[in-house]
Amino acid sequence: MGKSKTNIVKTTTWSAGPGCHGGCGVLAHIKDNKLIKIEGDPDHPWNQGRLCARALAMTQYIDHHDRLKSPLKRVGKRGEDQFVEISWDEAFDIIEEKMKAIRDDFGPESMIFSMGTGRDIGPWICMLAYAYGSPNVMFALSGNACYSPRIAALDTVQGDYCVFDAAQWLPGRYDNPEYKVPECMIIWGYNISATCPDNLFGHWIIDLMKKGTKLITIDPRLSFFASRSKHWLQIRPGTDAALALGFLHVIIKEQLYDQNFLETFTDAPRLVRNDTGKLLRESDVLKNGSRDNFVVFDNQTNTIIIWNTHKQEYSNSRSTPSLTGLFEVELLNGKTITCATVWDKFKESCAEYTPEKVEKITLVLAKDIEKAARLYAKAKPASIHWGVPIDMTPEITPLCHAIASLWALTGNLDVPGGNVFTRSAFNAVAYALPGAEGVIKLKDQAQDKTRIGKDEYGPFNKFIWRCQTDKVIEQIFSEKPYPVKGLWMQTCNPLSGIGLDPKLWQKALEKLDFIVGVDLFMTPSLRYADIILPAATFLEKDGVRSWWVPLQTINKALTVDGCRPDVEINFELSKRFDPDFKWETIHDLFDEILKPSEMSFDQLSKKGWALPPENHASRPYFRHEKGLLRSDGMPGFATPSGKFELYSTLREKWGLEALPYFKEPPFTPISRPDLFKDYPLILGTGRRSPAFFHAEHRNIPWLRTLDPDPVVEIHPETARKNKISNGEWVIVENWMGKARFKAKVTKIVPPWMVMAAHGWWFPEKKDDPLFHTFESNINMLIPMNEQGKDGLGTPMKHLLCRIRKEVTGVKNNEI
Amino acid sequence: MKSNKNGLLIDYEYCTGCFACTVACCQEHGWEAPLSGMKVMEIVQDLPKDKAYLTFLPFPTELCVLCAKRTQKGLDPSCVKHCMANCLTYGNLRELALELEKKPRMVLWSPR
Ligand code: SF4
Ligand code: SF4
Ligand code: SF4
Repeated sequence: MGKSKTNIVKTTTWSAGPGCHGGCGVLAHIKDNKLIKIEGDPDHPWNQGRLCARALAMTQYIDHHDRLKSPLKRVGKRGEDQFVEISWDEAFDIIEEKMKAIRDDFGPESMIFSMGTGRDIGPWICMLAYAYGSPNVMFALSGNACYSPRIAALDTVQGDYCVFDAAQWLPGRYDNPEYKVPECMIIWGYNISATCPDNLFGHWIIDLMKKGTKLITIDPRLSFFASRSKHWLQIRPGTDAALALGFLHVIIKEQLYDQNFLETFTDAPRLVRNDTGKLLRESDVLKNGSRDNFVVFDNQTNTIIIWNTHKQEYSNSRSTPSLTGLFEVELLNGKTITCATVWDKFKESCAEYTPEKVEKITLVLAKDIEKAARLYAKAKPASIHWGVPIDMTPEITPLCHAIASLWALTGNLDVPGGNVFTRSAFNAVAYALPGAEGVIKLKDQAQDKTRIGKDEYGPFNKFIWRCQTDKVIEQIFSEKPYPVKGLWMQTCNPLSGIGLDPKLWQKALEKLDFIVGVDLFMTPSLRYADIILPAATFLEKDGVRSWWVPLQTINKALTVDGCRPDVEINFELSKRFDPDFKWETIHDLFDEILKPSEMSFDQLSKKGWALPPENHASRPYFRHEKGLLRSDGMPGFATPSGKFELYSTLREKWGLEALPYFKEPPFTPISRPDLFKDYPLILGTGRRSPAFFHAEHRNIPWLRTLDPDPVVEIHPETARKNKISNGEWVIVENWMGKARFKAKVTKIVPPWMVMAAHGWWFPEKKDDPLFHTFESNINMLIPMNEQGKDGLGTPMKHLLCRIRKEVTGVKNNEI
Repeated sequence: MKSNKNGLLIDYEYCTGCFACTVACCQEHGWEAPLSGMKVMEIVQDLPKDKAYLTFLPFPTELCVLCAKRTQKGLDPSCVKHCMANCLTYGNLRELALELEKKPRMVLWSPR
């Protein structure tokens, strides 16, 4: 046999493999259809040659002896390990028959289509669900509490999402003359360890630090950033909104805000009725007035004038709307009421959050709150990067509202080096996300009626196109208003990672008639599936990535016998479920997604990646000034009223508080002193590990050796009190349940808190078909159904617990 | 003047403990876990007033051969190339020593 050549395939990381939200350019060295090496692509603007541990471990992943390589059919009971191999054709036939029967007997909405983290899977799950006819696509975390709550919250008050600017839109990156390095950055609940958050590359922050950016870090743990910050604010978990309001208090009191932005781009002068607490509308004061138009008081003429939302202008263009004052206004019905301005109301919301009061709530010293607020507000430009803990609290929307007000009022919105609006590059959108309509959609909007949680929660009607996860689980048991019969579960492992209260999930899985699991390895959750389909890594598939920038293709570098890419699996079944399915091949579909870029899949694939051109709505800066954000081309924001809304019109419409506020979360020493007596430690969960992506990678030797055991971090003082030594096994427990962890005694955590790692199961322990998934699973201590009033968020970063040394000689299942 | 020996300059201030270097070495040299030419240590330094400081220190082990095969071809060692924080530099020991003066919190390592 002749010596075969090594081929280098350029592609993009996204999905199974590193498991992340992707974006790295990589060079895959392929020989005889085998991956022999993977390297970072030095020419790629995203990672510039760098690559993380999980991507560098791909050779161990692709050829892993435990990879699923054939479709399987369950022959035993749910939860057992009785499966037989079947062909792809047989698997597809069974799925088609069973799912069509559910559709005929109970309606398409009785099938739930569930995914884990947001990767190159969301569009294909939606495609399949919609081809089948079900609106019920589920992201399986309680309160949908990862990313989409933050996106929805920002869409609510500022019309678009935004992220910190690391010049990711600009050719030449940091060297581009349009760019400015932020003088200051707030790192709010985010730790680095090679997790790339929210479709950004985490280590861009390191690049900026080297270029002089000063940090303020908000984190209860002594993180990498905390140690290297000008100000580290060691916050009590769950009190972030109080801290944000405290910052606003200082900024307003010391007049550190951008007056021009406030007057030009916010709703500050709008009048709020003191009798109802709601916005005064044109329809309240003028005959034939519109409900969409608002009222301000004009200083010059001493009369009210109207903000015409449709025209995006005041009825008198020479007016100077008053930002402050108390005004008497006569209503249409002849009644006279008093009104205040939004700005006065907003200031009132912040007024009570003095640094002293905020110190009491958050445990952050008042003087540090003041110093940090001043540093951030005076730095030009400055940015904020927030992590997923922001989503993981029930009052997530008011919290985001307060933080968004910080970057808006300090004039840091859509400026170089600030927080910059971000849209899918070239507006190429695969599937509906908050604020964006995709190519893949329900055929008929009427089908959306039955989406679970839609009627109950405002954001689910406007921004969130998934079902509300807690309500789905509830409905599986209640069968009201209709029964849930089947589950499509694709790269999603609720019994080990994404499912809170996993025993509840186990019961739910037991109750269903038909479950399909699609994954790369056998997982505890797959043991409940009727049919299992083996999926592929990112190196084994074609795809497109349009999440923020750049626009990229994923290019198939090799194939693994027996496995198929998610997109191909779902495409095949979509055709079977929908006789009018729109696309012939997946490349037709990719081409349609890429259409706004005027490139086909093949063209983009040859280029590798593309950045949107100047003056495109998906490229910064100053888009609210240039009129690039609104569909009518007017300056302003894509909010219902065109302004940055300090007082949210949508929240008012949804019957929720329209101004930001802080509310103590449900299970803290303050809100539940009764529980705190028995469970005297704050339980934090979910600190990131560079070795793993959530519940994945425990079976990859190079990675597992970096982080071999489920660890709970305990402060030395707390360890001493509880007679626990470093490396000992301990039980972490509360009223919900318990789990065992290895003690890591460290000053990284404060004495009043422990931090337990998440996503633990033991793929190597094959004596149990469920791989001991309930043994060291911190979710055993976390309840479902604690979402916020708008259906979003969950209290998974601030619970209560106690710890004790594990008694040896007792079997694991008796702990 | 150049030394005839090369080494690694380690800017531990920016090392985030991401382990890319450790796994890059495993991939390059085919090490089986837990072997690797690079270990990364987490050090929680105690400071006065009950304060602490978190440092990660990438430490080349007895197995590090400075990626001789790569450097002969003019490539950076695999760990240096992939370091997520760009905090490893490969080069001539004397030249690297001069860099030490320019920035605090670095260490210079010479191979066995
Ligand atoms: S986690 Fe980050 S570095 Fe690793 S592959 Fe994903 S985007 Fe790249
Ligand atoms: S220089 Fe090469 S051999 Fe040495 S640690 Fe780095 S990758 Fe391993
Ligand atoms: S790759 Fe770089 S930043 Fe990451 S652990 Fe190694 S030396 Fe540190």
